[in-house]
Amino acid sequence: MRKLDRLPLIEGPAVRAAPLSMTPTAPQRVRRERALGKVALLLVVTGYLAFVLLAPLGALLVATWNLGVAEVVAAISEPLALDALYTSAVLVACAVAVNAVIGTFGAIAFVRHRFFGRGIISAMCDLPLAVSPVMIGLSFILLVGRGGVLDPLLQAIGLKIVFTFWGILLGTLFVTLPFTVREVAYVLEEIGTDEEEAATTLGASPWQTFFRVTLPNVRVALGYGLLMAAARTLGEFGAVLVLGGSISGQTQTATTFIHDAIEERHLSGAYGMAVLLALCSVGLLLSLEWMKERQAAARHRSRSVTEDEVTT
Amino acid sequence: MSIRVENLRKNFGTFAAVDDVSFEVESGSLVALLGPSGSGKSTILRILAGLESPDSGRVWFDGKEATTVHARSRAIGFVFQHYALFRHLTVAQNIAFGLDVRGVEKGVSAARVGELLELVGLAGLGGRYPSQLSGGQRQRVALARALAPAPRLLLLDEPFGAVDAKVREELRQWLRKLHDEVGVTSIFVTHDQDEAFSVSDRVLVIHKGRLEQLGSPSEILDEPATEFVARFVGEVNVFPAHAAGGLATVGALESEIQHGPADGPIQFVVRSYDLKFWREDPGVATVERIVTLGDRVRVHANLDGAGPLVAQFPRRSSLLRGIDVGCRIQVQVTTGRAYPSQPPLAGGP
Repeated sequence: MRKLDRLPLIEGPAVRAAPLSMTPTAPQRVRRERALGKVALLLVVTGYLAFVLLAPLGALLVATWNLGVAEVVAAISEPLALDALYTSAVLVACAVAVNAVIGTFGAIAFVRHRFFGRGIISAMCDLPLAVSPVMIGLSFILLVGRGGVLDPLLQAIGLKIVFTFWGILLGTLFVTLPFTVREVAYVLEEIGTDEEEAATTLGASPWQTFFRVTLPNVRVALGYGLLMAAARTLGEFGAVLVLGGSISGQTQTATTFIHDAIEERHLSGAYGMAVLLALCSVGLLLSLEWMKERQAAARHRSRSVTEDEVTT
Repeated sequence: MSIRVENLRKNFGTFAAVDDVSFEVESGSLVALLGPSGSGKSTILRILAGLESPDSGRVWFDGKEATTVHARSRAIGFVFQHYALFRHLTVAQNIAFGLDVRGVEKGVSAARVGELLELVGLAGLGGRYPSQLSGGQRQRVALARALAPAPRLLLLDEPFGAVDAKVREELRQWLRKLHDEVGVTSIFVTHDQDEAFSVSDRVLVIHKGRLEQLGSPSEILDEPATEFVARFVGEVNVFPAHAAGGLATVGALESEIQHGPADGPIQFVVRSYDLKFWREDPGVATVERIVTLGDRVRVHANLDGAGPLVAQFPRRSSLLRGIDVGCRIQVQVTTGRAYPSQPPLAGGP
């Protein structure tokens, strides 16, 4: 009883006023006041989330609706809009493909091998999360742009990077680098090397071990990382603007299209593209949630193996 | 398959995990590597498997050198301490793994899997996932998986460490039976002396990366070669003492030395069951505590001038007659061993 009375003390000043004496009314009062505190907290949190997340999205949808759905659809069906969408789609495809390979092998290299500079390179993997993409774009221009360090080499092989598709791809790859490497490395670390060693003693070659044991164990994490990379690619603005220059029909992506459309007061195009991107994001988010659940299930499965060792 | 290991060494940084170990294992035998944790026994096992390469020394399988043969070509079966079952594969797929990677025909491998499931008593569970099995069942799957490609040598790393006491006892008996049926040369690592003695034909006692003794369970129990083995195996009393002319002086007790140096500073080691007590005043010791352990009784006494002394007797032993807490007793050592004095050993059970 005493314990019950004391518990609410932790919850906040509103409850602290409740008498500690064991009068018959005290429990109901405490319960009511606790319920009030809960409602207040929920109101504040949901209110904030609604203001920050839902209100802008709602405003966008309302504005789009007011412009007229037909006009908006027409605006994003224009060749330039379709070009921008196409560029974004190709970027996503390239980023996913490259990250799938680099992410998996990079993570294996970091977790399973010891080499000089491993710690530094591993830490550098998080750099894209910490620095501004615009700055990164600028750095790349200094590196591969006209007069840059690598410029003579690129000219020699006839490759132009800045203000071309290669430029925006380079920027995109940079900003999406951490996702798959981190996700896969984390799972590899958790799983350990036992299963891979077991495969080896059973006669599996390194490739057999990779495809039959390692890859199946990390596939959920890999998928999760790739979805995050895809979402980041769709939303990336700074790096692709600086490195690509948002040239219509060439290096303009969905995000830079919106930016340019607003500048030109081409509202139906801007709103339409924004809604489309929002829909894509919602789709990716739902996939992420689904992936998360699968990952949690997989992790639960692996954990139940170790827990049962003690209990059974 | 017979195994010969010569002067094996392995360092991890400055730590000598395996320090000049040599031994031979006869084909078809079941051998235990026994030692406290961190003694290097698992490293020896991993070197035999090819999962670890020695800094120096050689490994011979059936007279052919295997030191540099890759783990996947050694034709060994390895059972990991935490089973290391492939969690995304079913029990049957796990067992078939070693056959599949070698390109064994589906029909043949399916038949072999069925055979093995039968052998380990898991028929009908082939479609389950490892997460749906109990610890003991997983252990059996791990064994079946290791046995599937018909290995020449079976290596087991603390095979029963992760299951509870009752299942462990069952699995031990079962492993012994299985070994006698299959007949494959097997080496297992354990820190549990009961396990080593009850299951294996030969025991290698490992301590600090060195091989302390190799012998049959009774040789190791009856004739411990070093002080470490004497201390590690069974319940013992150890007294620093001085020997002169084959007699050790331990406090008020003077006792004959059956094995070991006859003169000089020694460690005098007496097993708890190599003692005789009888009531006598003044005697040399006082009984302090009597503990009943099922069919045995443990008597704690204090030996004048030497300290605590532990003895074990069968519960109905006539030696216990008249012995009560607080009484004075005379003590006789039936088998006493002396080992040259050296700095006290760290570790132990």
